[in-house]
Amino acid sequence: MNEMICNDLLLEPERYELFSDTLLTAELDRRAFFRIVGGGLIVACVLGEAMAQQPGRGRRGGFGAAGPKELGAWLHVGEDSVVTVYTGKVEIGQNIRTSLTQVVAEELHLPMERIRLVMADTQLVPFDGGTAGSMTTPRMAPQLRRAAAAARELLLDLAAEQGTIKRAELSVKDGKVMSEDGKTSFTFGQLTHGKKLMKVIDDKTPITPAEKWTTAGTSPPKADGRDFVTGKHPYASDMKRPGMVFGKILRPASFKAELVSVQTREAEALPGVTVVHDGPFVGVTAPTEHAATKALAALHAEWKMTPQPSSEELFEYLKKHPSAGRGGFGGRPARDSRGSIADGLRVADRQIKATYTIAYIAHAPMEPRAAVAEWNEGKLTVWTGTQMPFRVRSELASALKMPEESVRVIVPDMGSGYGGKHSGEAAVEAARLAKAAGKPVKLVWTREEEFTWAYFRPAGVIEVSAGASKDGTLTAWECHNYNSGASSLRTPYESANVHTEFHTTEYPLRQGSYRALAATANTFAREMHMDDLAHALHLDPLAFRLKNLKDERLRAVLEAVANRFGWGKGNPAADHGFGIACGTEKGSYVATCAEVVVERGNGRVKVLRVATAFECGAILNPNHLKNQVEGAVMMALGGALFEAIRFANGKILNPRFSDYRVPRFADLPLLETVLLDRKDLPSAGAGETPLIALAPAVGNAIFQASGVRLRSLPMAPKGVRAS
Amino acid sequence: MATIKELHVNGSRRVLDADCERSLLSVLRDDLDLTGSKYGCGEGRCGACTVLIDGQAVRSCTTRVGAAADKPIQTIEGLAKDGKLHPLQEAFLKEDALQCGYCTCGMIMSAIALLNRDPDPSREDIVRFMNGNICRCGAYSRILAAIQDAARTMKGGGK
Repeated sequence: MNEMICNDLLLEPERYELFSDTLLTAELDRRAFFRIVGGGLIVACVLGEAMAQQPGRGRRGGFGAAGPKELGAWLHVGEDSVVTVYTGKVEIGQNIRTSLTQVVAEELHLPMERIRLVMADTQLVPFDGGTAGSMTTPRMAPQLRRAAAAARELLLDLAAEQGTIKRAELSVKDGKVMSEDGKTSFTFGQLTHGKKLMKVIDDKTPITPAEKWTTAGTSPPKADGRDFVTGKHPYASDMKRPGMVFGKILRPASFKAELVSVQTREAEALPGVTVVHDGPFVGVTAPTEHAATKALAALHAEWKMTPQPSSEELFEYLKKHPSAGRGGFGGRPARDSRGSIADGLRVADRQIKATYTIAYIAHAPMEPRAAVAEWNEGKLTVWTGTQMPFRVRSELASALKMPEESVRVIVPDMGSGYGGKHSGEAAVEAARLAKAAGKPVKLVWTREEEFTWAYFRPAGVIEVSAGASKDGTLTAWECHNYNSGASSLRTPYESANVHTEFHTTEYPLRQGSYRALAATANTFAREMHMDDLAHALHLDPLAFRLKNLKDERLRAVLEAVANRFGWGKGNPAADHGFGIACGTEKGSYVATCAEVVVERGNGRVKVLRVATAFECGAILNPNHLKNQVEGAVMMALGGALFEAIRFANGKILNPRFSDYRVPRFADLPLLETVLLDRKDLPSAGAGETPLIALAPAVGNAIFQASGVRLRSLPMAPKGVRAS
Repeated sequence: MATIKELHVNGSRRVLDADCERSLLSVLRDDLDLTGSKYGCGEGRCGACTVLIDGQAVRSCTTRVGAAADKPIQTIEGLAKDGKLHPLQEAFLKEDALQCGYCTCGMIMSAIALLNRDPDPSREDIVRFMNGNICRCGAYSRILAAIQDAARTMKGGGK
């Protein structure tokens, strides 16, 4: 039963994950595989029922012999002894190119440098729902481990077929099949030479347990790291094609503005410029980016604008505009209810009711949306930065009215995403311009476009009403989230009387996925409120949490972080404060402690020290995990303290780094990270959860330092007293 | 339209024909295929486009290419000598001081300018000098460690 619940939770993606459904996928048969790789040995991983039927994913064609099942990934052992892995996942900076290579090396017992990963090229890799929701480690890594384990067993079979040594006396070591005495060995290439072997496996193929790992669980450096520090790695925005020109798009004067007219003659008269005008889509191409910018400025458009809400009235707007829909994924209601809130509040010694608000914030990936599109005999190839190459392929096919088979999307390892690059705007724009111009087109969004026309982390209003008795028993917990999402809304604390519910609303800005979006909001409200109750009852915030917490994994991270931080071992200096918070999301667990100073006079907040304890099952790469946790803390600091999108009259008021403050070196606290390695548990993803407890830990520390309880994210864009 | 016909980049004379009003960043990337310098903001506020002119860190996105004529320009592509990485590049790898890597080249070029000026910077000096470079992945603590590590190596006369 436990396992069922766990499975269910893992399958529940963020409401805003924008899981897409494609219409069809090119059928891959055995011949198709060998057309790609020539010869050798192929192991294809077919997803079991549970994985193939993830929400939002219909069945897609698999390939010949396997029947109507879904292909997850495949692996090829070449006649040159090189192992190539084909997966639809995208490298965004989370270092899965490294960790996925590690798991393959682990099962195949070969050095990592002999493994090549082909990622996110829709012509070569199986359909993939996207790199989102911390799913790569729990979902893709086990598939690749199984494929590699099966390949290892096949190589042993092939060596035994040579007839000189019994199979039982053979093993795979250092990328070779060896006899027990070490006198006879076969390279993978010798064994696969002249062969075209293919095996289809399912997700029950046995794999090496974490206790026995030798390559997985260690910390090899970033795959292809040298290419990144030398500038050699080509991001999508670095691609260049013969005859390529540069594109720019005419953007509306404000959100939802309608194009009344556009005069293009002046732009068209510029040398080398093509103007494309197709209904509301207006763009230009030119030989240089500078010339394209000038051509864009030479377009004279008239817009019909309609009044739009502003950030000043945002939270009122969300509360006043409920929308239909139950808010849960796949139609399930996003609510959790037991006991009676009224009864729980009646027996409480202290009750606290408060409203928390969550601002819109931007992902601001350093590489803005970018694409290079090229047409060749009616077929389209697009290099672009997206977390969802197959969704973007669908977008392209639909926008250009062509079959998906004629569209190829290639995603080079990209300049980050944070949930902000699930869509293919730049890809579609570049493809439309390239078609009209008859030349390959590069289109890179400006920072201002990225801040304006991408989507944002949803804003929200969270109302909490809770009560507890003198001994610290949580007697009632009621929490309503409006718009910002349902993830982590369910409280991990025990209480007889609970009601949590997510409410969908109309919303004023384009919104979508964001790294740990709803979990950040809901954990903020819950952990600030728990802290409030603890102080009201004169209880230690850590002790109060532990009293109401049965979840052993959450208790373990809380205790670990308290230990590392020295919680309860001393009082903060004057104007300093300590805060603690915890949470669980997507199968992993985090607890955070923070020390802040609130400067007298100006009220400026400085976060001095952050300790994080994190547990995500068996750790695949400790150093890269630590890097993720540290980066998550830094990113979370921005949303906690100062990041907010301001808007009015259909315009973003701070669409540039000079107006939208993101964390910088000067914001870097002392970071202490404790990783709990649970080799007995499956590995969960780690890109998101380490963010979620940072804001409440900082908020609780600000409260201790200043006596001010800040209930809005960001908490202190202008310091504590002024906000 | 004034044009520029030549730039001095990484110790070589590079022939080109570009409108002087274009940004140095665009000419480096689009005309000379030196794509290690990145566009990040176009207003000199993120540091991803940082190159050295006369050994000083310059934001190439807000520098007119015309203003860089006759001056020695150094980009990330010119750092490694005969396949041997610069100590800062080595230190970034050693400290795993990157995630997506998009800011990395700008970080390294800024750090070179810092170490050119001050071979032994304190933590505060590094924070102050590097504060104009954004790493949205948040690898700041590792980048800081990498700069300190490289400073030590370079003081010791290299590896």
